[in-house]
Amino acid sequence: MTDKQSDGIYHDVASPFCGIASDDLVVEVHGNTVTVKENGDPVTRHGFETPLTDLSPRIKGKEVSLDEAVSHIAGLLKNSKQPLIGGMGTDLNGARAAMALADISRATIDSQFSDAAFRNILVLQDSGYMTTTLTEVRNRVDVLLVVGTDIESSFPRFFERVIWPKESMFDQDVESREIIYLGKKPSGDASTSPGGRKAEVIECDDADLPEVISVLRALSNERQIQAETVGGIAVSKLNEIAEKLHTADYGVIAWSGTQLNHDHAEVTIQNICEMIKEINESVRCNGLPLGGKEGDTTVNAVSSWQSGYPMRTSFSRNMPDYDPYMNRGQRMLDEGEVDVLLWVSSFNTEGTPPKTDATTIVLGRSGMTFEQEPEVFIPVGVPGIDHIGRTFRCDSVVSVPLKKLRDSGLPSTYDVLTAVEQAL
Amino acid sequence: MLTKLTGGRVIDPEHGINDVVRDIYIRDGRIVDAPSDGKIDEEIDVRGKIIMSGAIDMHTHIGGGKVNIARTMLPEDHAESLIERTELMRSGCGHAAPSTLTTGYRYAEMGYTAGFEPAVLPINARQAHMEMHDTPIIDKGGYAMLGSDDFLLRMMAANADQDAINNYVAWILTHTQALGLKVVNPGGINAFKFNQRKLDLDEKNTFYDVSPREILQRLSRAVTELGVPHPLHVHGCNLGVPGNKDTTLDTIQGIEGLPMHLTHIQFHSYGTEGDFKFSSGAAEIAEAINRNKNITVDVGQILFGQTVTASGDNMRQFAGAPHAHPNKWVCMDIECDAGCGVVPFKYKDQSFVNALQWMIGLETFLMVDDPWRIFLTTDHPNGAPFTSYPHLIKLLMDKSFRNDMLSTLHPEAQKATHLASIDREYSLYDIATMTRAGAARLLGLADRGHLGVGAAADITVYSDQPDREKMFSSPDYVFKDGNMVVKNGELVKISWGTTHVVKPNYDASIEKSLKSYFDKYHTVKMGNFKISDDEIVDDGRGSLTVQPLKQGGKL
Repeated sequence: MTDKQSDGIYHDVASPFCGIASDDLVVEVHGNTVTVKENGDPVTRHGFETPLTDLSPRIKGKEVSLDEAVSHIAGLLKNSKQPLIGGMGTDLNGARAAMALADISRATIDSQFSDAAFRNILVLQDSGYMTTTLTEVRNRVDVLLVVGTDIESSFPRFFERVIWPKESMFDQDVESREIIYLGKKPSGDASTSPGGRKAEVIECDDADLPEVISVLRALSNERQIQAETVGGIAVSKLNEIAEKLHTADYGVIAWSGTQLNHDHAEVTIQNICEMIKEINESVRCNGLPLGGKEGDTTVNAVSSWQSGYPMRTSFSRNMPDYDPYMNRGQRMLDEGEVDVLLWVSSFNTEGTPPKTDATTIVLGRSGMTFEQEPEVFIPVGVPGIDHIGRTFRCDSVVSVPLKKLRDSGLPSTYDVLTAVEQAL
Repeated sequence: MLTKLTGGRVIDPEHGINDVVRDIYIRDGRIVDAPSDGKIDEEIDVRGKIIMSGAIDMHTHIGGGKVNIARTMLPEDHAESLIERTELMRSGCGHAAPSTLTTGYRYAEMGYTAGFEPAVLPINARQAHMEMHDTPIIDKGGYAMLGSDDFLLRMMAANADQDAINNYVAWILTHTQALGLKVVNPGGINAFKFNQRKLDLDEKNTFYDVSPREILQRLSRAVTELGVPHPLHVHGCNLGVPGNKDTTLDTIQGIEGLPMHLTHIQFHSYGTEGDFKFSSGAAEIAEAINRNKNITVDVGQILFGQTVTASGDNMRQFAGAPHAHPNKWVCMDIECDAGCGVVPFKYKDQSFVNALQWMIGLETFLMVDDPWRIFLTTDHPNGAPFTSYPHLIKLLMDKSFRNDMLSTLHPEAQKATHLASIDREYSLYDIATMTRAGAARLLGLADRGHLGVGAAADITVYSDQPDREKMFSSPDYVFKDGNMVVKNGELVKISWGTTHVVKPNYDASIEKSLKSYFDKYHTVKMGNFKISDDEIVDDGRGSLTVQPLKQGGKL
């Protein structure tokens, strides 16, 4: 975690902008301009190259000093009956500071990505799962089933980094890996093997996935199915998938909680996870939940170790109370339960706060534009560009250090929130 | 500032001091000699009270991925033990998988001043340190886990020489910021990825053709030759399997006199006798421990009630998953490095197996002669949460209490043990040895675990109550690095402990093969795998304490 920076070329730079956190980027820095020179993709280039604009905090649209902004925020929180800390686009230390502030200000805490993240978390809390991580997949997968997800639109380098390496550690012929899409079809050719073999695509509507997965699980358990098609898919086709999973040495089933956005998608994920457990009675098979960009995994991890609970935890009783429904930030805003919204979004100028009548404080990435100017706006540094940091990958196992690439002078989310906490 | 603790009854096994009235002087966080000019800034009257150094938990799962999975998985467990925020303390939760903040507070309130995370997956070490960084008051550290990692197994399959393995171990310890080396189900976590469902001591990994016995020998030799004070920390093969006592006895023999620490030995001391085909192997195991002076153990005592088991041993956790209570569990394969399994569990006193597990743990405590070679653990939270230590101490110190408890357990299990006939009661000196002096010596913590001049002033003061559970639940005073952090059983100050590590030298040439390995096979760069000293210091409240290697350690 070097704290030095100067113009030049940086190697092995990790990206917090995508959940697979590729850490082989080569980045050029010139003043405040950052350019991804090697191993970039649309997601990381957008993340690193968004230009700096605002450098000053504002109260009601008027430029103020950081100290003034901090004490104004402290005043708002002090007088708040129900604060909500939302957004939570931040790194390790930003998340720590947000938790400390939530605790002292009796806030409820939630992340902008929770609707998707909780499709997996609810499964963990109800029945659990068997999962694997990116390096295992890179070396072991022989059958990859992708459910309801166009991986490359959210994780452009997934296939290059995880599925099609030059060689596997275990003498596997990488070219022989079989890729099957069930549900959404891929938007590009990233899943095509280096030798030109295309993925098998078995399309159905998202709305049909619950039924399709239920039938797949039944077939995997050798149950008889009367129907001949489900969601427009021939049952015999699903039976082939089940057989492939049962004969694979290391089957992997991947999905993205964000892209599985039909009603009660958590039940579909639970069905996938229970099927994986059942397959493991005889052969190895694992889940690979994809997600976790822009601090999503990080904030849930920090919240769990500091309070026992992931996001959607309230400190209003002076102790952590967890409720994934009642403490959903958007629900609280919609019901008018929140009087002060503190929104943290340090990675992405598009991660703006929802429209609300609550007094809104934004710690956002420089360049953010608002439909409605917030009460307070503090442009904060981007972890991995303006200050050092650490971020967790989608698998919630690996975390990588983030470098400081330039000297923008912007405070970190940790700096600001810690100052607010001390002012309280 | 000079503080004097006046007139306490000192128990300091490192110096052979047993219940001797002595004054203790503290300055700048250290225990010092009496001042020549007699000038004292603060005097605390501890006449009649028992003084020991701060207790050290040498095996407790307090940080890292699997513990955090357990936390996230168990909202219903937390809901019954929520902790309110106070002027001093952050809010949190307790019981089976407590929050990091609460973990630090509770340990300190029980007179503990250090806890060591025993299963730090190298690729997950950064997270383990993040969590320990958020654990207040106590010192901490971790044992890096090898033995199922593909880099080591590739080296062994290629018949690499011992120096090369030593070099790799030194590199791992240095860059994961670890204090010791752990092996969990040697090679078994790896074998599970190749769909092997069990791996006996001499059974080969189907891909590498390497056996657990060979892994144990290689790693134990590495630790010994590098001069790392803590012996190889071993979670053996076949955890929980009836009949595994034979594997354990073989493991002791197979190490051929090298130092080895067998952890949560209770889970590895099972026979197959009786109607239930499940019996105690504690007598044979204890006898082997008594005979083999190179062996140390901690017990992993189980106590009844709800808890959660969190282990790197996903092969055995998968096998145990049908017993999950409540019925939910996680198993993971991790990064060609290791794995993990998290299975909630409820130990029931009317279950034959659970009752016998309780008895086997206690039999082991009572039949191993030397308290310097056996350590008090519940393998938190696997056998029980660490907050049950005072109860466990009472079981060891009070025979009639123990036998009263015993008489309430599953009747068939009672018939299967001769626990009731064991008269031994641990003394305060034994407890101090096991939880302080012995633990510090085992881990190579030069300035902890004793009350000699120059030691860190980690000190616990108890009232000598006949109810030992009460006594050890709530010390009168706890000092951490000279600061009074607990008074009358309650926290009065929050401080932040250090992280203990070792830094054995390694030959930098190893980074050539490691870099190529990371580039070819991994999804993280070697440079990003390494954890810098700055990351441990972090926001300024962390610190590193590098413990000396043993004399004669070599690369």
